[in-house]
Formats: sequence, structure tokens, C-alpha cells
Amino acid sequence: MSILSANQLTKSFGGLMAVGSLSFELNEGEILGLIGPNGAGKTTVFNCLSGFLPPDEGEVFLEGQSLAGLPPFQICRRGLARTFQIVKPFLTISVLDNVMVGALTREKSTAQAQTAAGEIIEFMGLARVARQEAQGLPLPLRKRLELARALATQPKVLLLDEVMAGLNPTEVDELIGLIQEVNRRGVSILLIEHVMRGVMALSQRVIVINYGLKIAEGAPAEVVKDQGVIEAYLGKEFLIAQG
Amino acid sequence: MTRRHVFFAAVLLVLLALPLFLDKYALGIFVMIFFYAYVGQSWNVLTGYTGHISLGHALYIGIGAYATTFLAQTFGITPWIGMLVGGIAAVLIALFLGFLGFRFGIRGVYFVIMTIAFAEITRLIVSHVEALGSFSGIFVDFNPSFWNFQFRGNLPYYYISLGFMLASLVAVHLIEISKLGRFMVAIREDEEAAQALGVDTFRCNMFAIAISAFMTSLAGAFYANYIYYLHPNSLFGMALSIELILRPIVGGLGTLFGPVIGSFILTPLSEISRAYFSKGGLEGLHLILYGILAILVVLFMPKGIIVYVKRALHPILGTTNAE
Repeated sequence: MSILSANQLTKSFGGLMAVGSLSFELNEGEILGLIGPNGAGKTTVFNCLSGFLPPDEGEVFLEGQSLAGLPPFQICRRGLARTFQIVKPFLTISVLDNVMVGALTREKSTAQAQTAAGEIIEFMGLARVARQEAQGLPLPLRKRLELARALATQPKVLLLDEVMAGLNPTEVDELIGLIQEVNRRGVSILLIEHVMRGVMALSQRVIVINYGLKIAEGAPAEVVKDQGVIEAYLGKEFLIAQG
Repeated sequence: MTRRHVFFAAVLLVLLALPLFLDKYALGIFVMIFFYAYVGQSWNVLTGYTGHISLGHALYIGIGAYATTFLAQTFGITPWIGMLVGGIAAVLIALFLGFLGFRFGIRGVYFVIMTIAFAEITRLIVSHVEALGSFSGIFVDFNPSFWNFQFRGNLPYYYISLGFMLASLVAVHLIEISKLGRFMVAIREDEEAAQALGVDTFRCNMFAIAISAFMTSLAGAFYANYIYYLHPNSLFGMALSIELILRPIVGGLGTLFGPVIGSFILTPLSEISRAYFSKGGLEGLHLILYGILAILVVLFMPKGIIVYVKRALHPILGTTNAE
């Protein structure tokens, strides 16, 4: 059963079509990968799903209900949270306070929000830096903070925009474990990722887009063998050279 | 925590007992210290905590002062009620300004220009309204009584302005620890990220500007019944708008005690140097002094003097959360 679905989503910037009539479904409990070369329109898809950009055409449904016209904060309250590719921590406040902002969306009192935020910080392995200002954090921890804040809003669907970019292999593996655990707890995940190690380990299905169009969809192992996908990433010449 | 309480209680006691040792002139300086700490705190709610720069906050002081005085002189309404009416008027105008800014994405320098424009337009309107004294302003009738918010000598004003400042500290502290306060800071740091986390940023921005305008307008009512003379240029003008933001900036933007610390440093400097320089025929030189101080603080202490005050008080106060 699909929890999030995009129906004929289209978005252009001037003459440039960033997303062209894209349809897909994210099933409940699934981890779905969204991959494609740089500039393929992946982040634009996220912006349309989360309400930061209105699509020119098409609609998004969360649990069967249309999200058309809803501002980002209401989409978040309905249960769809996102992270940003370029992380956006609240720099001058502590890690705990950062996560509390997300938690306050659900909890009534600040005390309850603090407890909830504390648990998520513990889960994300940020307890050691909980009292530190976010501006002191190195990138790997900022990525985790971004994820922790989104989790604090208790999403049903989580959109992860390149949370593994810039991490070393050990950090990637740790994050894979965490994301799997989040998924096991019942959060459906749509993930944009360039780190193939992460995509292959996590995704049950993968959608490949190029120039805003879906060019392949299927199990990760099959998709990476797809001629069209290889062409999109490496060019026609690569296929010719390979014979 | 108890050490902090003892410290604050001691400071409070000193401030309460201080008038016993001060003459009228010194009392007057303290009134202005508390006044500017209060106004700075009011501005701090919008700019320091929420991150929207207002360079037209004199507007709300002017509205508070004129509304209170007009109602008192024309209808005999006590300033205690008049200041609430002025407050509501200030809130309505602030909400209109906020609506334009926050709904239609007028941000950054354009928001700043809009705040200036609102203050300037109001100044020009008031300058042409006969009932409000037009260009020559209003002399406030002096009928000292509690009911009229008018008193002989500076002593009552000392305690009233101290009360204003303390009340603003309590109010802003309560905002700080509330949901709204946390959302305001999140908006200041990154409005998009706040939206993505479910924060209704428009609503929070509107609350912030309304609270800030209401608090600021009460200072106008105080001003009217302390100075007894209202002039559109001095009450709505740019000079006051700039004057009132210097203290929180120098003290520490977006901090509870920044405006207070800033006022304790800048206000005596301003008052004493103004008196000193104008005796020597150098009126206005104190503003240059100010400018230099503000530049130095921005260059060398971008987080404000509060950082150093906290460090100095650290042995007494102990550690605080998330410095």
C-alpha cells in the first residue's frame, strides 16, 4: 500500500524543465532510492513533495490525501519530514535545542519536547555534544543533527537529501545502520543519494531520473545494470567503448 | 542556581535602595538607563530574537506617547488606560507592517526600508494634524497625581521605569523558554529549516512583531509623562530609532541581559558626555563618541559586551546552559 505518491509531477524553471511528469509511489514501510546524475532534478522533486515549491502540474498524496497548496509546516505536521542537502542547523543554539524545535511540533509542553528530543539525540549518537552549540559541529555530526531534527517531528515519511555526502566509509556504515533502524520503527523513507554504498544497502527499490524524467525503476542490482542508466551517468561513449 | 538567585536578589536590593544616595540629576540618569533598557528589550524581541531588523521602532514610541497624551488631554482618560489603547494601536500598525513583510516575502534590507517608511510616513502625518499639535508638538499638561501618571521629582519615575525594565526582563524570559520563543530563535537562525520542522513561521513572526510593538508603545506613554513635551521629529524620527537599537547591539543581541548591560554602559556615557560637550558648545559630539563605541563593539565583540560580563561573573554565577 502506498503511503506517499506523486502523480504526474511537473516543474519548470523558465524554459528549463526540472521535473517532467514524474509519477511514483512510496510503499508503506519501504525505503525507496531516488538517484540520478547531478542536475537531474532530484532536489526539485523533494521541494515539490515537501511544499517548498508548488509544482506546475501534478499532485502529491500523503496517505491518500492531497498535499496541494499546503505550506511546508503543515505538510510536516501531516507526517512528512525532510532534510536539506546543504544542512541548515540553527547555529547559535545547542544541539538539544535544535532537536527540540522539531519535537515541539508534536509535544504539548517544552518539558515533554525536551524528553523526546533527548531520546532522539541518544539514538542518533549525539548525546556527547547535546549541550554544544550547533556551529561547533563537524559536517558528519551536522548531517546527523539534520536527521535527528527531522525525526523529532515524528514523521511517517522521511525524505533524506544526500545525508551521506561528505562522510567517510565508516560514518556511512554507521548512518546506514541508523536509517535501517528508523525504517524498522515504521518510518517510510525516500532517499536521494550519490553514495552508492548507501543506496545499495538501504533501498528496496530505486528510481532513476535524468533531466527530470524517470528512466528506470526497479531493484537496485538490476537498475545499475540498465543500459539507459549507465548511459545517463557515464555517456554513450562508455557503452560503445565497452562494446 | 541558588547562587544566581542570591546574586539577582542582591542586585535588585541595590537598585531599590539606590535612590537614597542619589541626587535628582543622578536619578534622572538612572531613569534613562531603565527606559532605554526597556525599549531596547522591546526591540530585541523582534530583531534580536526573531531576526527581523526594524529601524523604525520610534514609530511605536510615538504612537504610545501621542495616543496616551491625546486621550488624556482631550477626553480626560487616565494614561494607565490610554497606554493600553496606544498599545493596541501600535499592535494594529505592526501587524499590518508584519503582514506585508512576512506574507509577501519582503525581507532583509527591504523589510528595514519598510520599517523606516512606516515611521517616516507617520511622522509626516502627525506633523500635519492640528489636533496632534502638528509641527510644534504638544506640551503635556502637568497635574501631578498617580491617576494622571505624573509626579513631582524623579523618585517615582525611578521606580516606575525600574518596574518597566524588570517586567520586560520577566516577560522576555518567559517568552525565551516558551514554545514561541524557541520558534522565534529558530526563525532567526534559518526560517526555511524552521518551516520544514513544522513551525508556522508567519504566525510566529506576527506574534513577535506584535509583542515588540506593544511593549515599545508603553515606553512612549512613560516618555510623554516624564518629558512633558511631544514633538513628531523627536518621537517618530530616525534619531530615536537608531538611539534605541544601540544598547541591545552593544550589550548583546538576542540575549536577555544584553539590552540592560548596553544601557548601563551607553546611557550614562550619553547623558554625561552630552551635558559635558554641550557646555563647551560641542552639541552632538556625544553621538560621534557613540558611533565610535558601536563600531569598536561590532568589530571586536560581535556577540556584545554580555560575553565579557558573563565571563567576569562566572565565579559568582557558575555555568549556564549552552553558552
